[in-house]
Amino acid sequence: MLDQIVFYFFAALAVVSAILVVTRRNVVQSAIFLITALLATAGIFLQLHAEFLFIVQVILYAGGIMVLFVFVIMLINMDVSLHQLQFNRQWWLGLLLALVVGAELTIAIAIGRSHTAFGEPAPASALEPSTQLVGKVLFNEYMLPFEIASILLLVAMIGAVVMAKKKI
Amino acid sequence: MLMNLIHFVISIWVPLVCALIIVAVLPLVAGYIVLMERKVMADMQARLGPMRVGPHGLLQPIADALKLLIKEDIIPDEADKMIFWFAPLISVTAAMLAMSALAIGPWFQIADLNVGLLFIVGISALGIFGIVLGGWSSNSHYSLLGALRSAAQLVSYETAAGMAIVGGLLLAGTLSTREIIQAQNDYGTWFAFAAPVGFFVYIVASIAETNRAPFDLPEAESELVAGYMTEYSGFRWALYFLAEYTNMVVVASIATTLFLGGWLRPFAGTPAFNFLDGLPSVLMLGVGGYCFYRAPKQPVKVQKLFMVAVGLLMILAAIILAVPLIPAVGTMLPGLKPGLHGAFWFLLKVGLYIYLFMWLRFTFPRYRFDQLMRLGWQFLIPLSIVNVMGIGVALVLHRHWGWSHWTAFPLTTVLTLLVAGLLGWESEKKDKEHVFVGDA
Amino acid sequence: MISTSQYLWLGMVLFTIGAIGVVTRRNVIIILMSIELMLNAVNINLVAFSRLVGSAEGHVFAIFIITDAAAEAAVGLGIIIAFFRNRETLLGDEMDLLKW
Repeated sequence: MLDQIVFYFFAALAVVSAILVVTRRNVVQSAIFLITALLATAGIFLQLHAEFLFIVQVILYAGGIMVLFVFVIMLINMDVSLHQLQFNRQWWLGLLLALVVGAELTIAIAIGRSHTAFGEPAPASALEPSTQLVGKVLFNEYMLPFEIASILLLVAMIGAVVMAKKKI
Repeated sequence: MLMNLIHFVISIWVPLVCALIIVAVLPLVAGYIVLMERKVMADMQARLGPMRVGPHGLLQPIADALKLLIKEDIIPDEADKMIFWFAPLISVTAAMLAMSALAIGPWFQIADLNVGLLFIVGISALGIFGIVLGGWSSNSHYSLLGALRSAAQLVSYETAAGMAIVGGLLLAGTLSTREIIQAQNDYGTWFAFAAPVGFFVYIVASIAETNRAPFDLPEAESELVAGYMTEYSGFRWALYFLAEYTNMVVVASIATTLFLGGWLRPFAGTPAFNFLDGLPSVLMLGVGGYCFYRAPKQPVKVQKLFMVAVGLLMILAAIILAVPLIPAVGTMLPGLKPGLHGAFWFLLKVGLYIYLFMWLRFTFPRYRFDQLMRLGWQFLIPLSIVNVMGIGVALVLHRHWGWSHWTAFPLTTVLTLLVAGLLGWESEKKDKEHVFVGDA
Repeated sequence: MISTSQYLWLGMVLFTIGAIGVVTRRNVIIILMSIELMLNAVNINLVAFSRLVGSAEGHVFAIFIITDAAAEAAVGLGIIIAFFRNRETLLGDEMDLLKW
């Protein structure tokens, strides 16, 4: 029962703030609602017994990436863009296509559910010392992707530095 | 059945009561930290500080809080009202939420999380949104500049602090606050001695993270009026202040947990130092005695009485702290001593750490912003990374090659210090060339 | 007990909302934020499946996705700043010159 309440609370919070992210006129308000959506997702991770991912989400997504976003939004002061048209000219086509994608996913999930029952989730104890488990899997089986991810970050860092220079 | 019920009540109510205590007591604690800060500042500047409200200014925080509560609450016309209204709450909530994973003594903890320390660090980092949004929504240049500085500073120094924490966590091998302290007990020394460089990096980075002098650029009054708080007044301003001081407590608690042995007594594992168990009571008795000594010298009768009351309170605390030392009580309730004395030592260490903050604040001049950024990125972050590698090497030497603690850790510490010297020398050279980071 | 399909529905809804944001908004920053939303929706699915089979591999992939999101945000915001400096605008449909 408590599980249900927690899930529906966080899910509703995530969906509502996601809608507000894409509809708000003011970019700062969008960013705030994106933070809310990300924190709600973190709550859902917690509810799924993924404590480590919960805290990664809070530190990296909400605390790191979103600070970067808010920072850039404040650097670029855009009072002008508040009075401009917010949606592009082919917005109806885009909306249609996005809804088609959504419908496709809906059908996929519906069919998948009718063909393969998802069954009971594994017991919560299977994921219990979340941090240790993630560490073991990450450094034993996914060592190479982990290193590649570090190279990706290095590339991104150099790219960001080059982009932010005054003269490219 | 009854046992189940009792267990359920304890598991639900104890954390709830702990949370209530934290939320109710923290504003008071923050107020008294402010008083302590003013007293320390006054002492270092050879004056008396607040003396009027209560004996020796002991009631000053309450008077200040009352004043702030009844002040007019001004919202600027041009401000983004909703965000302006909301921003201080984000800061306070984040700071208070971070307290929930702290273990203040074996008895007093809201939740022992699997990811405890990361939780504290991550949640308290969310407070930056309160500062940034408050600065932005005020629609004032000073506020915005203060907020931008604050964001840049926090993001830069969080990396250094995080890497310093990683060093300590490597030694502990766990993220749960309780188990970290247990690990220091098993290990024999506090991690501050095994990883002194990491501790140093954490001290510097934590001062910068809490926006304290000498890194208080976001609210540098000579340049930015009051930084992000410029447009705030009254109660909302008090909330920012509360968040700042709560953050200080949080940061000090992290340092205490990870580097200073948490609730452990100094030399916890050495029976020869068992006489230190008496120190809490003696300290309290000393403070109480001083209160009695000063009481006749107070100017007004009310103040005399108040001073006597404070002295009696201190003696009561001394008696409570002495009770677990009676052998009969110790055998009957074995949990009493770690519970009471643990909380005492933890709070004492937190207080000393905050005192260190104040000491530094009144000793060092303020940094320039480019100096601050250079210190963070070119000195502290490389140093903390080298520190992590050094600790890793020491752990391998200790665990796989059978070296003892006393050779492996000093060796890597010396190596790390050499690197620190090199880095500092480089940084000094650049400082003389006056190369600004942004102009390169 | 919440079944796995409920998490999938949630992920689907968030993903679609993000996709709508990406294809209809003009402001580049909001487009970037919508992409973050889509990545986030994928993470929910991964973690839900991880819970279903009781292994931590989904968590590992989610961590990779978060890494990716961080890299993307850093480069994307760098590009936005460079773009804003040159064109004084943030509108996606005015990015119509390959070289300026």
